[in-house]
Amino acid sequence: MRQTLTRVAWHVGVLALLAIVLYPIVWVAAATFKPSEAIVGSLRLFPAEPTFANYERVFSGVVGIGVLRFFWNSAVLAVLSVVGTVASSALAAYAFARLRFRGRTVLFGIMIATLLLPFHVLIIPQYVVFQNLDLVDTYVPLLAGKFLASEAFFVFLIVQFIRQLPRELDESAKIDGAGHWTVFWHIILPLCRPALITTAIFTFIWSWNDFFGPLIYLSTPDKYPLPLALQLFIDETSGSDFGALMAMSMLALVPVILFFLFFQRFLVEGVSTSGLKG
Amino acid sequence: MSGATIAPDRRAEVATDGKPGPRKRVRLPGDGVAGYLFLSPWLIGILLLTLGPMVTSLYLSFTDYDLFNTPNWIGLENYRRMFTDARWLRSVEVTAIYVALAVPIKLAAALAVAVLLNGKRAGQGFYRAAFYGPSLIGGSVGVAIVWKMMFSDDSVVDQLLLRFGIDTGGWAGNPDFSLMMLVLLATWQLGAPMVIFLAGLKQVPRELYEAAEVDGAGKARRFWSITLPMISPVLFFNLLLETINAFQVFTSAYVVGGPNGQPAGSTLFYTIYLFDRGFGDYRMGYASAMAWMLLLGVGLVTVFLFRTARGWVFYSGDSGDKR
Repeated sequence: MRQTLTRVAWHVGVLALLAIVLYPIVWVAAATFKPSEAIVGSLRLFPAEPTFANYERVFSGVVGIGVLRFFWNSAVLAVLSVVGTVASSALAAYAFARLRFRGRTVLFGIMIATLLLPFHVLIIPQYVVFQNLDLVDTYVPLLAGKFLASEAFFVFLIVQFIRQLPRELDESAKIDGAGHWTVFWHIILPLCRPALITTAIFTFIWSWNDFFGPLIYLSTPDKYPLPLALQLFIDETSGSDFGALMAMSMLALVPVILFFLFFQRFLVEGVSTSGLKG
Repeated sequence: MSGATIAPDRRAEVATDGKPGPRKRVRLPGDGVAGYLFLSPWLIGILLLTLGPMVTSLYLSFTDYDLFNTPNWIGLENYRRMFTDARWLRSVEVTAIYVALAVPIKLAAALAVAVLLNGKRAGQGFYRAAFYGPSLIGGSVGVAIVWKMMFSDDSVVDQLLLRFGIDTGGWAGNPDFSLMMLVLLATWQLGAPMVIFLAGLKQVPRELYEAAEVDGAGKARRFWSITLPMISPVLFFNLLLETINAFQVFTSAYVVGGPNGQPAGSTLFYTIYLFDRGFGDYRMGYASAMAWMLLLGVGLVTVFLFRTARGWVFYSGDSGDKR
């Protein structure tokens, strides 16, 4: 009896805490169906008369460009980031985890050191380089690092994963005459799938949320991904159309929320084994 | 890469390594070229996007570079100027206050929730995931906008506080509260460190608690004398990670306060000022110097944390100071 009581109390307590934590998400979801003037000024959570007008305005184009354009841009950037990051990180990880070559220890040390390097030290010279190459206002500066395994977190994650695979697997394949590429492609990669999926999901979400890169490099609104479009929207309307702003924010959040619902196991496991910043 | 092409590299490695002499190291056959081939994307990246820019940035920090004219060497002038630059000093202050508030509050909240969720209970997996969720979106523009909206004048938080007779005029527009609002936003993202704490809590042997209970130790005592020391490596890891991340907050601050740290410079984070200097008025030499000061600052704090860690981080099982 007492145990049941503590159990119920525990669930009630945790749920109450969860309600506070998840309140902002419920709040914005509800706000998107309210007319602008009803969003502030009241404690009432749910709209008295739900309206779709906010979404209609966002889709028809609040800054002269429909929100689907920004959606598409974000998706292109995110998908290319995932492809680039997974491919380049897996290649580098295989080399670090399985191959023996001169300077490996030093290079691995450099890789680990870049984990802690604030990226601000790099942005100005990087910008100067891309500017000289006439690549500002293209997606190249936003994607180059992705295809060059610049996110050391993922290289490290996959290295750790490969290291715990039994070496006998690749040794015996090598005895059978398999080269490094065969071992990598047919043996290591398939076994690494969990680490690769974690890498892919996080890369997608980080790229989807990225604001700083697009803010620096992009200047044509047609090319903006959603986060930058949101900021543009605030600047253009001086943030007065609350309803449309909430609807657009919600649309930017929905893909990440969906990703989370589908892949939460990989996400949470990924964090608890590697300490990803999330 | 087929098996046949590997053989020559191996021979090459043995040949270069096989110097005569008493301290000849025994080396297993290496993978030479194959290693560098697999590593080539990363190698190009580290050279062109990391090491190259680092050197360039260090050089630029000693110049008056402005993106349009050739840089002139001005020595330590940029660094000297910072200490008389009121906005720079302000940005250091804002960032320091933020780090000092956000990191402990977030970690305490994360640990509290982790301890609450720890143990075998129905629905634990669901709760863990639900608390983790905000970590994924917390740094985004969308959430920052929502946050600012919730904390603006007359909005939901203001309305709630008014019921208790507290009138702040909305935290978003009040310089005394705007930074606290961002601290709360950081705390809202407690999920990531919480998940790491939970992994640490699982490692604590149950026997320790049982033994302590037999000895009559209360709950608080058990937490203080068993849980905390046992998870101190995880605590340290989280502390390090969160501190480094807190120094680099940008998106939320930019959305809330813009490039000038509105209201009244209360959210003028270091990164915001760096961005404004570098990309607002293209003072790239000065911004580079600022970036190196940031690296120095983060580096010093990291070293400091590692120093203090010797006193309070315990690695059970391993013999002493691993890591």
